[in-house]
Amino acid sequence: MSDRRRNRRLAADAGLLVLASTFLLPLAWVVLSALDPHADLRVKVPDGLTTAHFEAILTEDITFTPLLNSLLLCGGGTALTVVCAALAAYPLSRFRSRLNRPFLLTILFATSLPITAIMVPVYALFVQVDLIDTLQGTILFFAASQLPFAIWLMKNFMDGVPRELEEAAWTDGANSLQSLTRIVLPLMGPGVAVVTVFAFVMMWGNFFVPFMLLLTPDQMPASVSINEFFGNRGMVAYGQLAAFSIVYSTPVILLYVLVARRLGGGFALGGAVKG
Amino acid sequence: MSLRPLTRALPLTPALVLLLLFLAGPIAYCAWIAFTDLQLTGQAESSFVGFENFRTAFRDEEFLNAVWLTLVFTVLSSLIGQNTLGLALASLMRRASKPVRTLTGGIVITAWVLPEVVAGFLLYAFFRREGTLNAILDLLRLPSQNWLFTLPILAVSFANVWRGTAFSMLVYSAALNEIPKEITEAAEVDGAGGLRRLWHITLPMIRRSIGTNLMLNTLQTLSVFGLIWVMTRGGPGDRSQTLPLFMYEQAFQNSMIGYGTAVALLLLLVGSLFSVVYMRLLRTEV
Repeated sequence: MSDRRRNRRLAADAGLLVLASTFLLPLAWVVLSALDPHADLRVKVPDGLTTAHFEAILTEDITFTPLLNSLLLCGGGTALTVVCAALAAYPLSRFRSRLNRPFLLTILFATSLPITAIMVPVYALFVQVDLIDTLQGTILFFAASQLPFAIWLMKNFMDGVPRELEEAAWTDGANSLQSLTRIVLPLMGPGVAVVTVFAFVMMWGNFFVPFMLLLTPDQMPASVSINEFFGNRGMVAYGQLAAFSIVYSTPVILLYVLVARRLGGGFALGGAVKG
Repeated sequence: MSLRPLTRALPLTPALVLLLLFLAGPIAYCAWIAFTDLQLTGQAESSFVGFENFRTAFRDEEFLNAVWLTLVFTVLSSLIGQNTLGLALASLMRRASKPVRTLTGGIVITAWVLPEVVAGFLLYAFFRREGTLNAILDLLRLPSQNWLFTLPILAVSFANVWRGTAFSMLVYSAALNEIPKEITEAAEVDGAGGLRRLWHITLPMIRRSIGTNLMLNTLQTLSVFGLIWVMTRGGPGDRSQTLPLFMYEQAFQNSMIGYGTAVALLLLLVGSLFSVVYMRLLRTEV
């Protein structure tokens, strides 16, 4: 390697490390504070290590119920999204129709609409049809909000499965549903995994939807219940807040790591940013 | 035989029903109640008021303030922050050594994957008077201040950059990888410096990625709610109250669902506009 290239590499490394440390500071705070017996708002080296914050939050009220609620909400929403998206993608990917193009364009259009904007009318609508403060109502809305992108991704993955493989099954008398579930979906396993994880991660982190549509505290998922650390009068227990943040964030980080490689680093890129 | 297209389209039904009931439905409902004086409490019946809500909005200083802040927030965090920083990270990564590249990528992406509310708390801690930023400024003997009070919109914009830059970084990394090595090398041999290469070769070659990235960042930023809610609740006063927070306040704190929805409809229209431009840029072969 020439001197010039080595210098350029060093400069790039230095630049990246400076930027990375800016990004790292808030992350360092959450990890250090969760273990620091005297946690406050600053990043500092703990004067001792403790697991007391984790012990304090690992109770039914603070952690387990909200996480279970999150799991029910996001699990239900994801299952519904993936099933509906897989079914919808099949005719779009396999059969030609004059309606395919307008439908897919509408779907693509809907993927980029700001869902935040419709939460007030959704709230008003849910009050009228008695779906407000119900888990199933929130699940249905979650599924609908993720469906456009899920259908779009699913269709692109499905296009990658060659048609010939199905034709044999058709001559043996299999119907479309059978060839979808027995042949196409197993062959696009990684694609289905990407759609599933993406939908789940988006719902797990979503704050505004459950914040608007659920009212009963027992039903709140972790994204909303985390506010409790601040809502109560008096001192905020920053160590506990940090510990809870870690427990709540770990599942999505692990899931991300699991599928990150499938789409060359960023799974949000699949289909959305082919430019 | 004529039934065949129908049976084939049958699997679309569940998705269509969900989309119509829970997405198209609320949007249509939004377009209706934006023209009524629907309130949360008090009057039982609402009546059609035409464009009254929109007229009110454009005379309402708080609304105009929210429009201005949304503009500032979007330009600072998405157009300038995420976009430029994402490109800078992506191009530095091409030259950096592998361990540094992996480390930086990991850190930036972690910030992106974290739930919105958690990101909000981390940045809240960072900007608070007793927080990390002031600790660093003290260390450097620079004047510190209560950022969330003095410059709230700057603080939430920075938070959005922290959280959203990974996306641009990934988009640009992918785009830069597509540029044939021969082209940059040829320019280098011809003696074009870094900035000139960037301006005359790199940027024109990745212009479509820039377009799509800007669109998606902007759309994403337009709908940020949780991050700002956690950090400032739109305050102090209304100094970080962007349109989504203004909409929420009008509809729920002031119980004016009709007015709040009119604001939502405007936000939706701006979003649709960007969405259409995005589809044009993508010019995808569906």
